[in-house]
Amino acid sequence: MRITCPLCGDRDSREFSIRGHETYLDRPAPDAGEAAWDDYLHLRDNPAGETAELWYHGAGCAAWLRVRRNTVTHEVLKVDLVRDVTGGDHAD
Amino acid sequence: MARLIAKSAASGLLPIRIGTVTLTEETPAAITALMPFAGKPRALSVALKAAHGVAFPGPNRSSAKGGTRVCWSGLDQAFLIGDPAQADLADHAALVDQTDAWAVLHLEGEDAAEVLARLTPISLSRDSFKRGHAARSLLGHMTALIIRTGAQGFTILIFRSMAATATHELDVAMRGVAARAALQPPP
Ligand SMILES: [Zn+2]
Repeated sequence: MRITCPLCGDRDSREFSIRGHETYLDRPAPDAGEAAWDDYLHLRDNPAGETAELWYHGAGCAAWLRVRRNTVTHEVLKVDLVRDVTGGDHAD
Repeated sequence: MARLIAKSAASGLLPIRIGTVTLTEETPAAITALMPFAGKPRALSVALKAAHGVAFPGPNRSSAKGGTRVCWSGLDQAFLIGDPAQADLADHAALVDQTDAWAVLHLEGEDAAEVLARLTPISLSRDSFKRGHAARSLLGHMTALIIRTGAQGFTILIFRSMAATATHELDVAMRGVAARAALQPPP
């Protein structure tokens, strides 16, 4: 599998590590309650098909990426910098 | 009182020459990480140009002026390699001295790309990885910053603690490429 990093370009998957589903971008409020936190931390679908995950380009630019990909075909559909998805800090 | 002796990262290991390829160590006076503050990349680039003659590089790019090189080194980060960063750059960016954190190796020669290709997953084709191009990637299991400095030359930055491993890995790759070349009769 290869991932096209928005900064580094087309790279071998060995340069990346996976965190998990993009659910991690939607952290509940501290007082959201046990059900919300249980959901956030533990409950995941296991889709056969398209999904969106967080990957870290640790052996490259050190950016967090949101990768849309197909778990059946291993096709990578779209890759974004997480900060562009969340509107996080941006030097530009 | 103890007298301290400065040793370079690859002291006693380099230079080596095998086949057409030479591996040497460079010892820049300083390596400074430049990390522009929010909204400041342009101001940093202007100040960098005035102070050191080089602009802040875009992703995967490097340029040099005199003995000082600037090289993109990751998300919102570049390394200034050579002269110590002038103090006024701190108005626009976080500056971190990394001089002793890196081993700076230089691989040069006709088969340099063949040697490096044995250790890194990136394409080193002269069409896609040209002079002035740079990449954060792997050298074996080590994270590296690889810069093409010429048609047959690459500068490779490796964590200083891995200098001996990197030198060994490159030595083995150089031997492999030279041995293979020796098996092939000249055309
Ligand atoms: Zn990257």
